[in-house]
Amino acid sequence: MSIKLLPQYADLPHAVPGPLTAPFWAGCARGELLYQRCGRCAAATFPPAEHCRECLAVDQRWERGSGHGVLYSWTVVWRPVTPAFTPPYAPAIVTLDEGYQMVSNVIGADVDQLRLNLPLKVTFRAVGNELHLPYFEPADQLSNSTEVSS
Amino acid sequence: MPVHSRTAAIVGVHNTRQARRLEGSTSRTLAVEAISGALDDAGLTLADIDGISAEDRGSALIHDLRLGPAWLGRQFGTGMVQEACAAVEHGLAEVVVVVAAQAAVYVDRSSTAPWTRPENEFVAPWGLFTAAEFALVARRHMEVYGTTREQLSMVAATIRTNGHHNPHAVYHGRGPFKPDDITASRPIADPFHLLDCAMTSEGGCALVVADAGRATSLRKRPIHVLGSGVDFFGPSYRHPPSWDLVGRDSRLPNGLVGRRASDLAFGQAGLTRADVDVLELYDPFSFEIIRQLEAFRFCPDGEGGAFVQDGHIEITGTHPVTTDGGLMSFSHAGSSPQMLQRVIRGVQQLRGEAGPLQVPDAHVALCSNGGAGALFSTVMLLGDERP
Repeated sequence: MSIKLLPQYADLPHAVPGPLTAPFWAGCARGELLYQRCGRCAAATFPPAEHCRECLAVDQRWERGSGHGVLYSWTVVWRPVTPAFTPPYAPAIVTLDEGYQMVSNVIGADVDQLRLNLPLKVTFRAVGNELHLPYFEPADQLSNSTEVSS
Repeated sequence: MPVHSRTAAIVGVHNTRQARRLEGSTSRTLAVEAISGALDDAGLTLADIDGISAEDRGSALIHDLRLGPAWLGRQFGTGMVQEACAAVEHGLAEVVVVVAAQAAVYVDRSSTAPWTRPENEFVAPWGLFTAAEFALVARRHMEVYGTTREQLSMVAATIRTNGHHNPHAVYHGRGPFKPDDITASRPIADPFHLLDCAMTSEGGCALVVADAGRATSLRKRPIHVLGSGVDFFGPSYRHPPSWDLVGRDSRLPNGLVGRRASDLAFGQAGLTRADVDVLELYDPFSFEIIRQLEAFRFCPDGEGGAFVQDGHIEITGTHPVTTDGGLMSFSHAGSSPQMLQRVIRGVQQLRGEAGPLQVPDAHVALCSNGGAGALFSTVMLLGDERP
């Protein structure tokens, strides 16, 4: 039986962005996946930090990533963390082409389709009242993220 | 006795009753009950205490139990015992009580337990919780090394069967369990099913740490802390729980967190892995036992699955693990209680107080906390004598 992984739709728990993280979420609302790159040594950092994790320079610059990466690891959750989440959903670690990892969910795939190094691309969804969440879907799939507000 | 010749030891331990719910109990009443029980076990009284470690409740307990002036610890889990030992050995305190307890905290059962739910903005909106974080580590290991669903079930069945035989376990008498029972339980966060995961419960526990030189005035034989180590990669549940997360020493990834700590502990103790009689490993999820056996060098990297499949970890095996039933079957009463209970079980084994689950001739115990989903690991080696 194939089970399709879908995005969430209810109001989800999320923290209020601070000065350090607000640019990332503003990027998501525009449909752009941002990350920090050091102006001195060019190391990529995510989640955002005040200084470069490689050379400690305080010269972090926001860049727009390609949104492409591969599946590093995943799980399929059947017992949701809170009733706001509809199972099944698939928390995952994605290795981005730009050289950093982030947590997200895989959507638009069958549960059975998840495998190591599955090529993925970012897709944004408006979830609940005010959240624009980056999800990842198989890269060979045509994007249907038409609901992104711009 | 001059401070420089002191060696700290665990001289008293106590678990209160543990249960899914302890009606009428609060975290405070259980903490006080645990302190009294541990002091009684040690043959000491409140008047002997001049130090306490109780996470964020320590200062209030100093006031309300009228312990002041007293040393105050700030660590959590096994770190509380390590810190208390350091305080005693450096002369900051004579007798330290380490205590943790929890009741009436997990009441909304529509969500997972509150201590499992991250609030970080780069984790929470994707629905992660502790089981999912640890599942991401387990899945990576399964893909890279071929660890199987069956091997996870062997771990959980072994530990839950220990709990089945432990009269003090919350899930006493619920087994025995076969691997198929684990796999047949409902899925939680792939690859984990319900019986791969820690339970939630209520209860308290305490330990008393003092100079081993006091031993003649104590009720029971002191259990020595022969070595310990601590490895952290960062805060839990804020960053991707990646097996390959590395610091500047790129030889030691997060997936092997605890290797440095265990090397340090064995080095301090002057012991080898072969000297360990019982492994009171932290068992938040079945896979974590496999990971720790590798990280702590009890088997080669990637071979933890085969190691458990060969029966090593059963109570009658060469490497008996988590002999009270652990977090899965004995108790998981919140963050620090379940961590300290690994050390308490080690003490019980070395004293010969483990009842039907006593490991014969147990002289050295390894106790651990943490895990790769949590980005930290602590290791403690206990012995019934100082080599």
